[in-house]
Parts: sequence; C-alpha cells; structure tokens
Amino acid sequence: MSQADASAEPEAVAGNGLLHRRLFLTRGLTLAGAMGVAGHAHAQVAPPKHPEWMMRQGTGLSGYGQPSKFEDGVKRIMGQPNPLTPTLGSTRTPLEKLTGMITPNGLHFERHHSSVPDINPDAHSLLIHGLVRQPQKWDMSALMRYPMTSVIRFIECSGNSGAAKRAVPQTSVGQIHGLLSCSEWTGVKLSHLLDETGLADGASWIIAEGAEASSMVRSIPLKTALDDVIVALYQNGERIRPEQGYPMRLLVPGCEGSVNVKWVHRIKVVNGPGHSRDETGQYTDLLPDGRALQYTLILGPKSLIIHPSVGMKMSQPGFYEISGLAWSGHGAVRRVEVTADGGKSWADAELTEPVLSKCLTRFRMPWSWNGGPATLASRATDDRGNVQPTHAVAIANYGEVGAYHYNGIQPWAVAQTGEVANVRM
Amino acid sequence: MSACRFALAAGVLLAAACATEQNSASTASPHLGKAMTDVELAFWDSAILIDGSNLPAGSGSSAQGKVVYQQKCAACHGATGTETDTRLTPLVGGRGSLATAQPVRTLGSYWPYSTIVFDYIRRAMPYNAPKTLSNDEVYALTAYLLQANGIIGEAAVMDRTTLPAVQMPNRNGFVMASENVK
Ligand code: HEC
Repeated sequence: MSQADASAEPEAVAGNGLLHRRLFLTRGLTLAGAMGVAGHAHAQVAPPKHPEWMMRQGTGLSGYGQPSKFEDGVKRIMGQPNPLTPTLGSTRTPLEKLTGMITPNGLHFERHHSSVPDINPDAHSLLIHGLVRQPQKWDMSALMRYPMTSVIRFIECSGNSGAAKRAVPQTSVGQIHGLLSCSEWTGVKLSHLLDETGLADGASWIIAEGAEASSMVRSIPLKTALDDVIVALYQNGERIRPEQGYPMRLLVPGCEGSVNVKWVHRIKVVNGPGHSRDETGQYTDLLPDGRALQYTLILGPKSLIIHPSVGMKMSQPGFYEISGLAWSGHGAVRRVEVTADGGKSWADAELTEPVLSKCLTRFRMPWSWNGGPATLASRATDDRGNVQPTHAVAIANYGEVGAYHYNGIQPWAVAQTGEVANVRM
Repeated sequence: MSACRFALAAGVLLAAACATEQNSASTASPHLGKAMTDVELAFWDSAILIDGSNLPAGSGSSAQGKVVYQQKCAACHGATGTETDTRLTPLVGGRGSLATAQPVRTLGSYWPYSTIVFDYIRRAMPYNAPKTLSNDEVYALTAYLLQANGIIGEAAVMDRTTLPAVQMPNRNGFVMASENVK
C-alpha cells in the first residue's frame, strides 16, 4: 500500500463491485498500488537463468505465418455432422479464446448447407439479369478493376444463440454464441453494378444464388441491395477464404448470415421475394398461433459478456476486467450497460474504439469481485434506440419453437467457488 | 454523358470502355460487363418463381416419383419420408401441428408454395448428385411428395400448369417481418 493514495478508493458505479469505466484512463497507477502486487519475493526459488530460446536460434522465415504451437487449442468449435452428409453443418468461432473485434480468417464461423466448393476463379463469373435494362456478366479480372470499398462488419447466423432459447446450456460461450464473426470486407458495391445494368420497371427485390452444390438462393429487398451491399472479394486484406465464399460473396451488412450469399454467381432482379426453401422452410420464425415471420433480415441489438463466461473459473476475489462484444444490425452500438447483481443495478461499460455501424464493438468494465455470488449480464442499445430485450421479450418477438433471431440478454452466475455458469435472470 | 467526359480526362482505357457502352450511364464507371447470349441466360435463369414462371416442360406422376424416390432419396430421407431418425427434417407429415407445442415443419405442413418443392429438388437434390435429375423426374418426385403429404391425389400429374395451381395448406401462414413492409 506504500505508494497508494488510501483515500482514492475506486469509484463504484453499480452494485456488487462494478467500478467506473474510466478507472484505467484516470487512475491506473493508483489502483495498481491499492490492489497490491500478487505473491511475495520471500519464497525460495531457483536462481534465474536464460530460457533456451534466448540461447539458440529458432525456426526460419515462412511463406504464410501460423499461430504459435502453444495456441494449438484455438480452433473453430466443430459441430457433429450427419455421417451421411459430413460436409454439411457448422463450426463456431471460439469467442472465449479471442479478443478485440476482428475474427482471424481461419476462425470465422462456417455454416454450409452442403459443402465448400473448390471454385476456379478464372472459370467463375457474376451474372446480373432479370428486371434490368442490360443483363451482363463480369469475370474476376473485370470485377477486380472496379472501384472498391472496405467496411468492417459482423456476420451472424440467424440460428446463433438458438441453444440458449429454450435451454440453459453449460457449454462454452463460443459453442452457444459463436455463429458470429467480424471482418474487414473489401469489394465492389452492388449498386455500382446495378447502375451499369440499369433497372427495369417493377424491380423491387433481388434473388442471389451461390455456386455451391446446393445452389442456395436468398432474396434481398432492392432498397437494401442499393444501399450498402457489396460483392466482397477480400476478407481482412486477403482473398476471401473458400469456406467464406471464394472467390466472391455478398456482404449484406446487419442482415442474417444466410443472405450474405457465399460463392455468389448470379443475381436476378425481380418484382417480389422468391420464397425459396431457405426463406420459407428455414430461417422463418414460427409463432405460437401457427403463423410465421418471414424475411426477418435485420438482426437486433445484442451483447455478451465473454470474460468471464460459462465454464471459466475465477481464481480469487479481487480486480477483474469484464469484457465482451456488442452489435446491432440496425446501426452502431451506442451504449452497453453491465450488471453484477442480476439486473438490480446497471452501469455503462467503456466502448473500445472504433465503434462502427453493423460491426462488433468490444466493451470493457472494471469489476472488483468480493468473492460472493454475482450474476453478470450486459445489455446493448443501438444508435436507433433499439434495446436488447430480456429472454422473455425476445421469445415473445420471434416465438419459442424456432432457433432463429434470438437476442435475449445472456446472464452468467459467478459462484463463491469462482465457477461461472449459464443461468436465467 | 459525364462518364465520357471523365473517360477523356482519365485516358485511353476508360475512353474505350465508354465508346462501346450504348447506355452511357450517369456515373464514372468501368463498364466491363459482357453481354450474355440467350442460351446462356436461359440455362442459368433456373429459379422457379411462385407464379410458376420458369417451370420447364415435362411432367410426372406420384407413382413415377415413388420409384425414383426409393432409388435416389430413401437412403437419406427414409423409406416413406416420415421417418424421424434420419437427422433430417421429415419430408412428409406434420399437418395441423404448426400451432402446437411440438410443431413439425415439413414441406407439406409448412411451405407456402408448391413450386418451392420443384425448385429446391432441382437445384439441391439428391444431395450426393445434385442437378442430375431430369425435369420429368423432378416433376414426379414433387408429385410423390405432395401426394404423400395428402395435398394432391394419386392420379394427379404435375407439369408447368398443374403444379403452380396446387394450393398448399399453409399458403397464408407467413407474415412479412415488419422491417420489409412498405
Ligand atoms: C446423401 C443424402 C441425401 C439424399 C440421397 C437426398 N437428400 Fe434430400 N436432403 C439431404 C439433406 C442433408 C438435406 C438438408 C439440406 C440442408 O440442411 O440445407 C436435404 C433436404 C431435402 C429437402 C428439404 C427438406 C426441408 O424440409 O427443408 C427435400 C425436399 C429433399 N431433400 C428432397 C430429396 C429428394 C427428392 C431426394 C432424391 C432425389 C433427396 N432429397 C436425396 C440429404 C439427402
């Protein structure tokens, strides 16, 4: 305690130990002193020596860098595919093993309705036809010459978090909520190409088709297509990975994952939605009265505390940084509130810059855990004023039987043992 | 003509693109799209719309479809399509279950348009050899699955006229999410 200002107790902002979000910016040093240094120098320890990697050469240069072998456990979380159709299914981003807002390309979640095609880019083109003045096709070399735009945007499968709707799974946060990733996408604005084809009378939707074995088709309102949709060619600076749509995919910011058609090769401009199997039989929200919502495209405001989260164990009482992700398909995250007392009191978390539209935003909140039971949760509000709903309201919005579009608040309970569990609040 | 003005300023490449462009769009744009032949367009323009437009020639009955189903579909979807141990959504059954606590959403109980069945089978099935069925086979399989779901009779033959006329039980079951309603 020698250097600490004893009068400068960290300022509590809500119940059960939540501290002011600007703690680090203004008082980092004071706090470090006040919290003390863990461990003591008195114990008998082996005399220091150089580790072996400081005493001989390591490996050489490499053509494509890979993570350290000590990070070998950082892998996508694999599903359990049907043995008859082993290439169909999903893998999830291991959210609990990552931080920041960008998902490394090899860890971007996958959801395939058949498999990953092995597309030769020289034999792939993009066709635009239907209610246009001049149907046209572009090969890769032509598209590469168009003006490009880059945006950082999340993609979330509408089935993400579905497991948390009717059950309270005790699997990892990535297993429950990891159909969620975020990348910088670079490509050609679809409006640019539609400008060149021209639009005919009655054009109001587009139908986009992928070039995989099952040729998935999804419909998108023309209004959205002309707004911010891009034909994406690059992901985080390199060409899109095969499992993300190589050589091109649609990026439909803020809209459910499956309309971000991977391996896109054809766009038909039409006068109404196509009602394909993947927008009737799948990805629709069946309500208790038997009716179903269709074309629920924009994903609602949502947030998750990732550190700490289910399955983790807090080693001892004391200072922790709560951190997590927040996003909204409607726009930018304006605010994330955090509670440590099961929703009795809430306080605003610090949003880590940059805070972008339709993009993951990292939030952080200092917390002094007193060693007692605590229920942590976060609640996002976007810049349109949409607030992340409770579990009950989310279910009322989209029904309980389907797995889609669930964005309810996710609470975690910290027990006195430090173990973190999934709970309802 | 601003595209041409821009092209003149920007040099030869763009000027060439501009010269071949009949529609001279209002923005500075590369205009590198190529025209497609009618054959190409007809080949790729395969999606079936709900009014049946784009349905090809051909026809099939449920009796014919049952034979193809046993050969090419039953291994994954079960002998009757009602099986629940396939790890796939059953293809048959579930009618009347949508408003219950245990809804069974099949193409028969849930899908609002008959044309979707044809469209989906033709683009995606059989899973292990998609796009290999003849149009007659797709009509026959569609007839078989609609008949097995009790939507059409055993004698009905499906073709580009009869299929879009089939009324699905859940035809009015879908509501456009409010964000898309203008
Ligand atoms: C190798 C296994 C396999 C075979 C053989 C197969 N299917 Fe499928 N079928 C699937 C899978 C897997 C899906 C689900 C695809 C998805 O998840 O998008 C499916 C989905 C379907 C669906 C959509 C069901 C729904 O409710 O969403 C229909 C209809 C269908 N198959 C018809 C057929 C027909 C007709 C045949 C035979 C010509 C056939 N299938 C052969 C594996 C198979």
